[in-house]
Amino acid sequence: MGAVVASLSMQTKQRRPSRDKAEDELEMTVVCHRPEGLEQLEAQTKFTKRELQILYRGFKNECPSGLVNEDTFKQIYAQFFPHGDASTYAHYLFNAFDSGQNGSVKFEDFVMALSILLRGSIREKLRWTFNLYDLNKDGYINKEEMTDIVRAIYDMMGKYTYPVLRDEAPRQHVDAFFQKMDKNKDGVVTLDEFIASCQEDDNIMQSLQLFENVI
Amino acid sequence: MAAGVATWLPFARAAAVGWLPLAKKSMPKPPSDNKSRNDEILIVNVSGQRFQTWKNTLDRYPDTLLGSSEKEFFYNEETQEYFFDRDPEMFRHILNFYRTGKLHYPRHECIQAFDEELAFYGIIPEIIGDCCMEEYRDRKKENLERLAEDTEAEMSTDAPLPPDSTSRERLWRAFENPHTSTMALVFYYVTGFFIAVSVIANVVETVPCRPPKGRVKDLPCGEKYSLAFFCMDTACVMIFTFEYLMRLFAAPSRCKFMRSVMSIIDVVAIMPYYIGLVMPENEDVSGAFVTLRVFRVFRIFKFSRHSQGLRILGYTLKSCASELGFLLFSLTMAIIIFATVMFYAEKGTKETNFTSIPAAFWYTIVTMTTLGYGDMVPNTIAGKIFGSICSLSGVLVIALPVPVIVSNFSRIYHQNQRADKRKAQQQDRHSGSQALCVRNRSSFEQQHHHLLHCLEKTTNHEFTDEHTYSEVCMAESVGYRTSRSTSISSHQGLSTSCCPRRAKRRAIRLANSTVSVSRGSVQELDTLHIQKSSIVPQSRSSLNARTQDLKLNCDDTDFTAAIISIPTPPANTPDESLPSSPGIPSILRNSRQLGDCSGSFTHETVKISSL
Repeated sequence: MGAVVASLSMQTKQRRPSRDKAEDELEMTVVCHRPEGLEQLEAQTKFTKRELQILYRGFKNECPSGLVNEDTFKQIYAQFFPHGDASTYAHYLFNAFDSGQNGSVKFEDFVMALSILLRGSIREKLRWTFNLYDLNKDGYINKEEMTDIVRAIYDMMGKYTYPVLRDEAPRQHVDAFFQKMDKNKDGVVTLDEFIASCQEDDNIMQSLQLFENVI
Repeated sequence: MAAGVATWLPFARAAAVGWLPLAKKSMPKPPSDNKSRNDEILIVNVSGQRFQTWKNTLDRYPDTLLGSSEKEFFYNEETQEYFFDRDPEMFRHILNFYRTGKLHYPRHECIQAFDEELAFYGIIPEIIGDCCMEEYRDRKKENLERLAEDTEAEMSTDAPLPPDSTSRERLWRAFENPHTSTMALVFYYVTGFFIAVSVIANVVETVPCRPPKGRVKDLPCGEKYSLAFFCMDTACVMIFTFEYLMRLFAAPSRCKFMRSVMSIIDVVAIMPYYIGLVMPENEDVSGAFVTLRVFRVFRIFKFSRHSQGLRILGYTLKSCASELGFLLFSLTMAIIIFATVMFYAEKGTKETNFTSIPAAFWYTIVTMTTLGYGDMVPNTIAGKIFGSICSLSGVLVIALPVPVIVSNFSRIYHQNQRADKRKAQQQDRHSGSQALCVRNRSSFEQQHHHLLHCLEKTTNHEFTDEHTYSEVCMAESVGYRTSRSTSISSHQGLSTSCCPRRAKRRAIRLANSTVSVSRGSVQELDTLHIQKSSIVPQSRSSLNARTQDLKLNCDDTDFTAAIISIPTPPANTPDESLPSSPGIPSILRNSRQLGDCSGSFTHETVKISSL
């Protein structure tokens, strides 16, 4: 990965030789992440050069440092769902985007995820979704993880919904999900079960096609 | 943040793939995106300085000149650029607004020039970012005050009266602007002279004069020459009464005049005399009458009509009233504390002056202001200690930090002003958001609403507003099934919060007037909602502050029926939102944009029960 970290530190000449903690804060460090070259990204993703340019321009405008950290991500995502609390789901989403699990999303992560979601094959999309649901990334989705995700999604709806949101709604939803997905009824859903079940469901297949031309 | 939000929307929509396996129903169709994929660079030539920007950047704000088709009027075919004969320096800020979503006010520019540029480009000044908003408002206020002063000065100069003014108007003008005619000037000086005479008479009549023959004690002159003083007083009061009555007669608005400060001063100045006339020469009552004479000194305030400086002082005091009150309050607290302490410290002493806490107030005030009359002195050691603490703290509280207090007050004053400004700013934003709307719904909003739609489908619940929600709760508690419309206010609330720039415009949903009601599978149709919304469609130029010189295209208010069905069992509900399904009635949440010249947003929901 061609990550370039440029750190500029300003030190005044009058600074005492002993540096304590307070002075460490004065030292300005600008960490700037620059993505790999355009050709490389074009090879790795299914976007054209032009699309990558448009994406990067927007991304750079918002995050001049080239990195999105979780709080910023939560803020941004919350703007789209002003009714409810999107922070939990944003947290899970952030983890799904942050492939390196290092707490910040770079432009490459951003673009690769978008490439999968918008231009990927059905299998790739479903694998991405499985990865999203699998909170601890152990290859299995169990009921607790699913409940967390579903509850987070319901949180985004907010309080004022029709019909009135009941407490057992997420649980019922999860039960219905497991009923459909868990073929061998062992309490967890594996990737293959997940993909197989989704491929059997026409609704899901149809909907997957809808999001192709978002960019 | 509109630019930022718009950037991340495709990403949020792509992430919606994560909801798909959970959704029981299929997702609604996304809106078709008419935006051309090929973004082009536009050249904008402002008085020779060429600015280049992406077309999409300008399209972010379709309510402005550069964002709408109005810029085509300025397109130069030969040079293939948009030419504006305006200030290029200012244009830089305008263009930055498109790029960053924040409008900044350049401090070195003239406020009027800036306003004019904003008006030309169709940008409302309320969008100015918080960082520059305070400066902008301050300058604007200054400018307005200056303008007001100018117009006032203009009016008060010797502009000749219109020839057909009535004598009443002439009289009023003579009173307000004594320089207009010699008669008025004479009257002005005469009244001034008599005010001075009256005040001096009040003062002199208390001076002790030599006693008349046969008396030993000194008499105040007022009693010695009581007749002379009485005549003088009568003359003054007659002049003042005459003046007051003439002003009352000439005033264009008598009620307003009677409520004004100057007229109250006039009344207070002359009332004691008349009360004294009608009051009997009773010893008991004359005590009260004597206090009334104090009010005669208020005649000195009549000078404020003659003196601009006094008026300014009064205005300043009035505007600083809250700060002075705060100072007084804190002083009172300190006084009470020290007085209490001194009282209890001196309680044991015999024949002490500190007979009560209120008596100790006097000591505290005298000590804190470093006057130190010495009429009350502490005797006990504790009293002396606390007394010295009191005087030291008096120095601190009053004498030493007078500039610091003044600056504190101005800081408190500015803080309050800032809070008020921010509140006013928020109110403006809020009210502004109701006044503006978009003619064409932007693609951003369409996509955003599609995203929310997908979420609704995933969770099998819908967004409603608080009002509807509480009604549903009530209805459910009653145990009787009602059907309600999910109002579009959820989406409207959305647009005000998520897109603060675009919050200026209400989300207008395109009308989908096809409503089909099939009685077959519907169990019950309880209510028919008629939503009548009036929203002002304002043409772009109306985004400026001047709205009076505007022609609005007003359509008639229109009705859209939203017919609701009770949710049938989920198993066989093919739920589709935008196009209505043939069989089962769908929930319709659209209303057409409507026009109303009154400029207010009214949302009336009329419920008709039908079976």
